[in-house]
Amino acid sequence: MKPLVSLLAGILFGAGLTVGGMTDPARVRGFLDLFGDWDPTLAFVMGAALVVMAIAWRVVPGMARPMFEEKFHIPTKSELTSPLIGGSVLFGVGWGIAGLCPGPGFAALAIEPASAAIFVAAMLAGMALLRLVEGKP
Amino acid sequence: MTLAGFPDAAPLDGLIGGTLIGLAATIVLVGLGRIAGVSGIAAKAAGLGGSGMDRASAWAFIIGLPLGALAIAILRGGLEPSFAGPVPLIIAGLLVGFGTRLGSGCTSGHGVCGISRLSGRSIVATITFMAAGIATVAVMNAGGWEVLS
Repeated sequence: MKPLVSLLAGILFGAGLTVGGMTDPARVRGFLDLFGDWDPTLAFVMGAALVVMAIAWRVVPGMARPMFEEKFHIPTKSELTSPLIGGSVLFGVGWGIAGLCPGPGFAALAIEPASAAIFVAAMLAGMALLRLVEGKP
Repeated sequence: MTLAGFPDAAPLDGLIGGTLIGLAATIVLVGLGRIAGVSGIAAKAAGLGGSGMDRASAWAFIIGLPLGALAIAILRGGLEPSFAGPVPLIIAGLLVGFGTRLGSGCTSGHGVCGISRLSGRSIVATITFMAAGIATVAVMNAGGWEVLS
């Protein structure tokens, strides 16, 4: 059951990214072009997603457990660390260069397969590289 | 629907898309008890650490992403976005993969799920990667580096 629920979520997520324009690098880079020809569309995407999720977070405390899982697994860390900042800087630079973040990278496999596959392969290589640097198998 | 002063903006598409993303993240949270962070879920599917979600569910979520995109492409009679060439895609992909794992999240995990629960770490991460993205585009535009065909 869990994979089916997850598949449904993935499909809705991919559809939302595509409708919102996040699978279009020109749209994303237009949003990041704050000092040029700014395109505010992504602010609407993020705003709507935040409103829905803010409601979801209000529902969670009243639930004894998730519908298809034993318990909730919510991050508990609160320290602002240098990996958090440094990693976010590197991610932001990559996001700015190609106008793709992880979700849209996968979603774009259905839109522009060759380009998206290059991005996804490099992204997974980047994840593997960090594992290597951190000495994890 | 258009936005005064921004002829290229698509605010209604943005609101619909964002609502769908929010509903998807709600299903992951309420159904599976977890954060819908794509970088962490992708790492899990690839066997590179990441989300505590079971691997079959991680794969299912990742496979769902292009299926959802395909459905919209069909509904809209095709989409024609322009993508960067192989070299910028590889540089960007490496940075995005390395950076999101080091920073414990991306636009979905920090930007949507984290900010909506008022996580200080996620708010700082989102401000940081947005600022870095804005600076990168500004520098590239100033330097005349056109990446999109």
